[in-house]
Amino acid sequence: MEQLNPRARSDRYGKKINRDHSPVLVHGIPWATIMIGSLTPMLPIIAAAPVLPPLGLMAMVAWRLLRPGLLPLWAGFPLGLFDDLFSGQPLGSGILLFSTTLIVLDLLEIRFPWRNFWQNWLTASLVFTVYLGIAALVSGASLTMLQVAVIVPQLLLSILLFPIIVSMAALLDRIRLLRVRRLG
Amino acid sequence: MAPPTARRSGSNKRAQLGLFAGYVVAGTGALIGAVLLIISFVSPQTFQGLRSMATDLAAPAGQAGAVGRTQGRGFFEAIAGYYDAGSKNAELEREIEIARVRLVEAEALRQENERLKGVLNLTSGATEPVAVARLIGSTSSSTRRIAYLSAGSDDGVTNGMPVTSPMGLVGRVLEAGSNSSRVLLLTDSESMVPVRRATDDVVAFAEGRADGSLRIRLINLGINPLEEGDIFVTSGAGGMFRPGVAVAMITEITPDGGIAQLLSNPAATDVVIVEPVWQGETLESVAQTEAGEVAD
Repeated sequence: MEQLNPRARSDRYGKKINRDHSPVLVHGIPWATIMIGSLTPMLPIIAAAPVLPPLGLMAMVAWRLLRPGLLPLWAGFPLGLFDDLFSGQPLGSGILLFSTTLIVLDLLEIRFPWRNFWQNWLTASLVFTVYLGIAALVSGASLTMLQVAVIVPQLLLSILLFPIIVSMAALLDRIRLLRVRRLG
Repeated sequence: MAPPTARRSGSNKRAQLGLFAGYVVAGTGALIGAVLLIISFVSPQTFQGLRSMATDLAAPAGQAGAVGRTQGRGFFEAIAGYYDAGSKNAELEREIEIARVRLVEAEALRQENERLKGVLNLTSGATEPVAVARLIGSTSSSTRRIAYLSAGSDDGVTNGMPVTSPMGLVGRVLEAGSNSSRVLLLTDSESMVPVRRATDDVVAFAEGRADGSLRIRLINLGINPLEEGDIFVTSGAGGMFRPGVAVAMITEITPDGGIAQLLSNPAATDVVIVEPVWQGETLESVAQTEAGEVAD
């Protein structure tokens, strides 16, 4: 068979004989990328204004829209807690917003099971707008018109960056489903 | 992409219950988040231990990044230095000429200052730094302006200590972990520092505006005496910050004060100094007296 077609016994994720998806990679990579996204405050960027998009939330939304059912519905609690430990927001805002995001995306999916790229982008943009707005509201900082104006560039950057984050998640998705040698 | 078939429960009672339980768990998670958020508002220091622990764990990576940032910038500056070496040299020589004169003048002033202080029996207010550390990161995606510092209570850092750089005040320690701490930057909208104009005694408050600038609010309202380019230094009122540390320069005049730019931009600061609280003993004794009064 191999002489006729060298890829006969393999798929896009590698050879199939004696090789299978690794549960560590399958579930580890999405969780790890989201948590690395939440660690952005540890980057050596001392910003005078909120400039970086909320990468943890963006990674979570990207994985959720790319692979429905991969993240359990309760994933917002641990991921939000981890985000809260570093983001500078009062503890609880991340838990609340991450959990609500996952529930809302789930309800949306029941209504629109089949979506295209533009629909996903629109969904993500709405999620980021609401997230940044509420995050600023509950941050404990006194909210003025100036702060609203400060969020706008951050929001635009998040919306523009989202397709790139999704592409990166799609790229990592191939590594995630790589077939590795079965042990035993 | 279509949802996996496991999502559709159909008439399977067990699958329906499983789906329902998923929503209940997720909803409970969100509710717990809301409760924690309310607790955080009522007493912001409740989760200090949890946060400090997480920051302590992540700090080594952040510190490696901070060192890399400093070295990287030094490398590029060295390359850039070759481009305009000639003109820069001439300019530097001119500046040295001026600086020599200024140095002699300053020396004379210092001697006069010491003599006058001797007359008044004042001890010189030089403070020993508690720790020298790096800023390893900041909350760059939140509206709060909090930076992470690579020194903690192991180095003697405690809550409330001022953080300065050679260019001026940076902020104060908000929560000290064991080998890292969180610093409330001056630009945070919750930060307020008592300041005065460097040239005279026009006193004001410097409030953070969350966009990198400070709002200077004069205490004595009336005719606004400020002008663009005025430098503000800490006044020492409140006993937290030592007086005379540079804070900001006015760039815009408003009816009740002005908008000022930070002199020590934290983004350009590599190494910062943690200083002890200026009048720590006084503040503590006041707090004890107040606590005693409340107890009575």
